[in-house]
Amino acid sequence: MNIHIKNGRLIDPKNGIDAQQDVYIVDRRIAAIGKAPPGFVAGQVIEASGSIVMPGLMDVAARLREPGYEYKATLESEMIAAVAGGITSLACPPDTDPPLDEPGLVEMLKRRARSLNQARVFPIGALTYGLKGVELTEMNELTEAGCKAFSQADAPLTDTRVLLRAMQYAATFGYRVWLRPQDSFLAKNGVAHDGEVATRLGLPSIPVIAETIALSTALQLARETGVILHICRVSSAAAVDMIRSAKREGLKVSCDISINHVHLTEMDIGYFDANCHLAPPLRSQRDKAGLRAGLLDGTIDAICSNHSPVDDDAKQLPFAEAEAGATGLELLLPLVLKWAEQERVPLLDALAHITIKPAQLLGQKMGHLSVGAHADICVFDPKTSWKIEPAALKSQGKNTPFNGYEMQGRVRYTLLDGQIVYQST
Amino acid sequence: MNNPQLNKNGELQHLLSTEGLPLPILRDILDKAASFVDISDGLDIRNVPLLKGKSVFNVFFENSTRTRTTFEIAAKRLSADVVNLNIGSSSTSKGETLLDTVDNLCAMHADMFVVRHSQSGAAHFIARHVAPEIHVINAGDGRHAHPTQALLDMYTIRHYKKEFHNLRVAIVGDVLHSRVARSQIHALTTLGVPEIRVIAPKTLLPTMVENLGVQVYHDMSQGLRDVDVILMLRLQNERMQGAALPSAQEYFKYYGLTEEKLACAKPDAIVMHPGPMNRGIEIESSVADGKHSVILPQVTFGIAVRMAVMSMLSGARV
Repeated sequence: MNIHIKNGRLIDPKNGIDAQQDVYIVDRRIAAIGKAPPGFVAGQVIEASGSIVMPGLMDVAARLREPGYEYKATLESEMIAAVAGGITSLACPPDTDPPLDEPGLVEMLKRRARSLNQARVFPIGALTYGLKGVELTEMNELTEAGCKAFSQADAPLTDTRVLLRAMQYAATFGYRVWLRPQDSFLAKNGVAHDGEVATRLGLPSIPVIAETIALSTALQLARETGVILHICRVSSAAAVDMIRSAKREGLKVSCDISINHVHLTEMDIGYFDANCHLAPPLRSQRDKAGLRAGLLDGTIDAICSNHSPVDDDAKQLPFAEAEAGATGLELLLPLVLKWAEQERVPLLDALAHITIKPAQLLGQKMGHLSVGAHADICVFDPKTSWKIEPAALKSQGKNTPFNGYEMQGRVRYTLLDGQIVYQST
Repeated sequence: MNNPQLNKNGELQHLLSTEGLPLPILRDILDKAASFVDISDGLDIRNVPLLKGKSVFNVFFENSTRTRTTFEIAAKRLSADVVNLNIGSSSTSKGETLLDTVDNLCAMHADMFVVRHSQSGAAHFIARHVAPEIHVINAGDGRHAHPTQALLDMYTIRHYKKEFHNLRVAIVGDVLHSRVARSQIHALTTLGVPEIRVIAPKTLLPTMVENLGVQVYHDMSQGLRDVDVILMLRLQNERMQGAALPSAQEYFKYYGLTEEKLACAKPDAIVMHPGPMNRGIEIESSVADGKHSVILPQVTFGIAVRMAVMSMLSGARV
């Protein structure tokens, strides 16, 4: 069906467009921008005046919890949440049960996702079998099955030689390695940033050096092997500085940050709010400032939801025993808008962090609205105010540190491949 | 952020931490405790029927003999019915969640919970979930807080030193893992003690401890110079096995309280310890039993302070 998105403000970071332009969709693809293509007859018109029309969001870290953790969330529930948040593509980390370490699992996940026909799923394969950090997975087979990168998720890889071999092997074939740097000895049993709050509350802590020491190792190995390295969920100002230098040096390194860390600090833990038990931990005010500076100067490429739905039983526990993680798919866009407003970042720049930049990290020619591209589109009203109420979230995970926050900006339509997969009521 | 310890009238609803405990309430607790100590006999504690008909549940997820016993005595002297539960050895090992355990105890019509748990924040967590007529007393949560211990320490200091505003107090030992030290520091700062020192090797001090309002010393003789009060901390046995300390002997040599080191303090300094003591590791026997030691009076005062806390909580309006 041909769709005409009319009178909206089109923002397409890749093509540098921020203007009132209509979008014409023919045969699931963008047929024209601005002027209707010859002979165009709309089967449906989306009136978008007052709304922003942008490429569908790409989220580089969303745990769908399948296979293995269906009691936390299912593909069905989380895909509905994704499109309700304007997300049309998401990468899922391999820490499922079993982990995504063999092609059959990856194919099944892709098939299940495709049959739901909501958001596109890009699996990140396990770097080592069972994420145990000992044996390399069959990266070629996994790539054929659909993996876009290889990662340990949050599982430790303590043997540096295994990491070297993994990077060498990945570099041989041009595969991407995604790592969340954390020295597992320094982080052992830790649940909060090693700083003022953890000291006051008596919480076992994770120091910044747990991140920077592991990051230093990863960067040196990347220099040695020439691998395409992506650093996941940077949490500290010091790590941003190191990545900035590495980029200047010319290493093929990129990084992302979770939206939680854009807005929150250790102070938000308050009196042991387990919703603020996250991995990596929320760090100091100074770290938050450093992370935001990294976003502004382009050191940090993507902002992700780090969506990690946790079931209520696993959260309703004393802080340290509660499982780390927060829901995020439906909050990513409004929280990015909030950050952009706070820092006076033009939307054209701000939205790049959730569209074209994540697409590049996944090696996908997506995340934009060029003529000929798949019509993955998000239409949102930037003026609608709403309050975050966990019960109203579509994700099965209701746990969020942003409970009760006032948001501005709400998704009206999400289109995947030229079809409306979400429409607000 | 609402102070989870106070009700809407600003009265004490739960005792979870000495942090954020308003000075007037802190003083009230000490004054009330004094009223339970029979002045004529010096250290005798009176019996009163303030909690008659109330049920106090001692819910200990972590083992303790001394603290549980003093809470039990305190509750009985207030004429409460006391139930002791060592959950560490029952429900949770059968897979029951903490909330289920708490709900079950509420269904048994508890009026007050005295909770000890190995996790920091456990008492806050329970306080958030109980009905408004139920009071929670934190009897120690992880490394976070042990407010009644700190309050009895404050009572003891006031008993011997009368005032707080002219004191120099040193806390010695494993501050990193100590809920007692954290609670002491907050109580001392609230009461206006101008100089609080912590003395320990770097491995036993938490990051940015100075931000709690203390001065850091690594040398015991320097740290003890001219102090009025010495608060010793217990060194947990497991700390002597990991990488925090090389050996008990070496610890005693540098951080154990001996007669010689005690001589650096003021001549009338008092020595305190929350117990149970490791003689010959953190404190020399001759000091523990010597004329500066007020370790046994601390235990006695602990009963009066716990009576004061319980009676204040039961007096709070719902």
